[in-house]
Amino acid sequence: MSNDIKIKKGLDIKLKGVAEKTTERAVLSNFYTLRPDDFHGVTPKLIFKEGAKVKAGEPVFFDKSNEAVKFVSPVSGEIVEIERAAKRRIVGIKIQADKEQIYQDYGKLNVASVDADTIKAHLLATGCWTFIKQRPYDVIAKPDLSPKAIFISGYDSAPLAADLDYVLQGKEAELQAAITALGKLTQGKVHVSVGKDSSSPLAGLSGITLHKVSGPHPCGNVGTQINKIDPVNKGETVWTIAPQDLVIIGELLLTGKFNAERIVALAGSSVKKPRYFVTKIASEVATMVYDNGVEQNGNDRIISGNVLSGKQVAPNGYLGYYSNLITIIPEGNDYELFGWNKPVFDKISNTRALTFSWLTPNKTYDLTTNMNGEHRNFVLTGNYEEVFPLDIYPMQILKSCLYQDLDEMEALGMFEVAPEDFALTEFICVSKQPHQQIIRAGLDLMIQEIG
Amino acid sequence: MGLKQNLHNLKEKYKGTKMAPAFNALHTFLYTPNDTAHGGTHIKSADDLKRTMNTVIMALIPCLIFGMFNAGYQHYLAAGEIQAVTGGFFSGEFWTLQNFILGFWKILPLVIISYGVGLGIEFLFAVIKGHEVEEGYLVTGMLVPLIVPIDIPWWMLIVAVAFGVVIGKEVFGGTGMNILNPALTIRAFLFFAYPTWMSGDKVWVQGAVERTKEIANGSTADAISGETILGSLAQSHHVDYSVMDMFYGFIPGSVGETSTLLILLGGLFLIFTKIGSWRIMLSAVLGALVMGYIFNVVVDAGWITETSKFYGLMSTEFWHHLIIGGMAFGIVYMATDPVTGSQTNKGKWIYGFLIGFISIMIRVFNPAYPEGVMLAILLMNVFAPTIDHYVVQVNVKKRLKRGKLKTA
Repeated sequence: MSNDIKIKKGLDIKLKGVAEKTTERAVLSNFYTLRPDDFHGVTPKLIFKEGAKVKAGEPVFFDKSNEAVKFVSPVSGEIVEIERAAKRRIVGIKIQADKEQIYQDYGKLNVASVDADTIKAHLLATGCWTFIKQRPYDVIAKPDLSPKAIFISGYDSAPLAADLDYVLQGKEAELQAAITALGKLTQGKVHVSVGKDSSSPLAGLSGITLHKVSGPHPCGNVGTQINKIDPVNKGETVWTIAPQDLVIIGELLLTGKFNAERIVALAGSSVKKPRYFVTKIASEVATMVYDNGVEQNGNDRIISGNVLSGKQVAPNGYLGYYSNLITIIPEGNDYELFGWNKPVFDKISNTRALTFSWLTPNKTYDLTTNMNGEHRNFVLTGNYEEVFPLDIYPMQILKSCLYQDLDEMEALGMFEVAPEDFALTEFICVSKQPHQQIIRAGLDLMIQEIG
Repeated sequence: MGLKQNLHNLKEKYKGTKMAPAFNALHTFLYTPNDTAHGGTHIKSADDLKRTMNTVIMALIPCLIFGMFNAGYQHYLAAGEIQAVTGGFFSGEFWTLQNFILGFWKILPLVIISYGVGLGIEFLFAVIKGHEVEEGYLVTGMLVPLIVPIDIPWWMLIVAVAFGVVIGKEVFGGTGMNILNPALTIRAFLFFAYPTWMSGDKVWVQGAVERTKEIANGSTADAISGETILGSLAQSHHVDYSVMDMFYGFIPGSVGETSTLLILLGGLFLIFTKIGSWRIMLSAVLGALVMGYIFNVVVDAGWITETSKFYGLMSTEFWHHLIIGGMAFGIVYMATDPVTGSQTNKGKWIYGFLIGFISIMIRVFNPAYPEGVMLAILLMNVFAPTIDHYVVQVNVKKRLKRGKLKTA
C-alpha cells in the first residue's frame, strides 16, 4: 500500500523573498525573552525571581495546571526582568545572556535501553516536552495521555517557509535519537512525511512510517497529514512535533545538553538578502533583520513564523519559541483608490472576479498586510472548500464555534483541527473573518468545558 | 494625495461617532481602507465583499440595458407603431434610440427608487446599530427593478423595498443573516399585496394599463395587450412568438427577465469568476427540464386533454420552459444567492434541482399566477438549512462511525 499523500485542494501562495540557501551565524543576542503566550493555555509559575542566575537548559517556570511540564532557559544568564501585563499576567521572562555559556548537564541517555517512563520523565525535566504538541486542542501534550500516533511533517508548504531538507542536513544522528525515544512513548506509529522529491534526512530514519506528500499548501501542514493518514477520533490523542525541535530533543538525549540553537530562515519581500541564520530560541530578532535585511524604521511588519499563522513581533521583539522563520513584508496601511472594483494584477485571489492571479500561477507576489476590504458576515459559500483539504465542513465548523454549540463543534470535527488548518480559508475569506481566532476560541472553550 | 489625506482626516474625525458607518460606506467606495491584518493571517486575498457584489452587478448590467430597449420595443410594438423584429439578436429594428429612450425614462426611476430607498434604510440601520453598511443591497437594489413590471406605481415599489429590506433582511441582522432572498421578498410582497399590478395581461407592457383606462373612459384608441407568454399559455391561448424571440428576449415580461441569451452570458460570467455556483445553476436547469419532460409525457400519454386548464403549459415543450418567464433569471441571479441558498456543495445540487423542479410544477398547476420560480426559490430558501443539515450529518456520521470502529 502506498503511503503517499496527494492533495488537490489548497493554494500555493508564492511570495517574493524566498531565503537563499546560505547560512550565517547570527550576531549573539544579549537578551533572550521567553514569552508564555507562545505556549497556548499555559499559566506560568515562576521558579526563579528577578535577578536569579540560570544555566542554559535550567527550568525557569512550569505550567500551573501541569506541573511536570518545565520550561527551560535557552541560555545561561541572569533573569533581568519579568514583564507583566494587566492582572500581573506574565508576558515575558527576559534573560541577559552570559558571555560564557554554561549548560545544565542532564547526562546522556541511551534511548535504546531505557523504558518509556524514563524517557518521559527525562523529556519533562529537561524542557524538551514543550516541543511535543497534542491534538485535540493544539496545545502542549498532556504527559498522562498516551498518543495513538505521532506525526512529524518534514515538509513545510507554507509561503516562504524554511526548506526543512536544507536546515536538517547532517542532523541524522539527533533525529534518529529523538525518533527512537518518541517511538517508545506511543503504541502506534510514528508518521513522518517528506516532500515528494525531497532529499530529507528524515527519510532514512528507522522506526518511522514514511509518507511522501505532494500538492498545494496545506499539504505540508501536519493537520492535513493527520486527516489523511489517521484522523483523531473522540477520546484519542495524537502528538505532533516540528522536525527542528526533534534536533534539540535528539541532541539533549545524545549529549545531555539543552542546546537551543536552530537554523532560522529570514525571508520576505522587504528583506534585501533573504537567507538562513543559526541562532537560538527566543533571541532578539534585531540580531538578524537589519544586516542586509530591512531598512531601520521602514514601514514593514516583522513576523515570527509564516505570513499565514505567524505572530507579529516588534523590531525589538524576540523570536518565537517554535518559529524557524522570520518573515518581513511591507505594511499595507494605505488607501487604494477604487481598490474594490478595478482589475487586480498584483494580488493573489482564488476567484476570477477581475482578479488575474489565475493567469499567472507561477508569478511571485509582493503582498502587503492590507486587509483588501472590510470585515463582514459570512456571505460566500463554497470557496473555502476549494482550499481546505480536510474532510470537514469549514464554514459550518467556524459557525458552530461562533455560536458555541459544543456538541456540534465536536460532531463536525473540532478534535482534529488546529487554528493553522484554517489559515488558507482565512486568507481567501471574502468577508475577512478571523478564522484562526475563531477556531482557537472554539478549542479553548472545549478545553474549558470538556477538558 | 490631497483627497486621500482629507478623507482620512475626516474618517478620524468621525471615528466612534454615530456618523462613522455612513461616512465609511461612502469613503470605502472611493478607497479601499487602510486597515491591516491583525491576529490571523498577515496577508489577505484580493477579494472583498464589494468586489464580489460588483461582479454580480456587472453580470446584471446587460440585462438592464436590454430591458430598457425591450420596454420601448414592446410598447411600440403593442401600440402597432413598429413591426416585429425579423433579424437576429443584433437587428437594428430592435436597438433603436426610440426604444431605448422610452425604456430609459421608465426604468431609471425604478433603479433610483430601489437604490434610494433600500440604501437609505441600510444606512439608517447601520447608523442606529453602529455596524458598517453592508454590500448585499448593491445586488438586491439592481435585481429589484429587473423583476417588476415596468408600469409598477412608484409608491408600491417604495413600500415593497422598505418592507423587503427591513423584514427580509435587517431584522435578521443584515447581509449574511437573512433567511429569504431580499429581492424576492420584495417581489413576493408586491405580488401578494398588489396582485393586480403584478399579474394579468396588462402590466407587462408599458402603457397597456393606461390605455385600458382610457378606453374605459370612452377613448377610441386600440387596446394594448400586455400579456406574457406564460399568461397566454396558462389560458391555453395561442402564442405567436418564435423560439428565437423568446431566447433573445423580444417578449413581454418583467423588466430584465426576458433575454435568456444575456442571462446565459451573465450566468457563464458568474461561473467563470467563481462568484455564482455552477452547481445550483446546472441542477436547477436539470430540475426544470425533468419536471417539464414529465408533464410532456403526461400529455403525450393522453391523460390530459386540450380541454384541461393545465393543457397549455403542460404541453409546452419541456425545454421551452427555460426561455419563457423568469425561469432563467431566477436560476442565474436569485437561486445562486449564497446567503439564502444551500451552503454545502452537495446540498447545492439538491437545492438547485428542487428549485427547477418545483418552479415548473407551480407554473403549471397555478393558473392564477403562472410564474413559479419566485415561489420555488423562496420555498427552497426556507428548506436550504434543512438540506445542509442532512448533508453535514453524512460527514458527522462518518466521523462517529470511524471513532466506533477504532474502539470496537
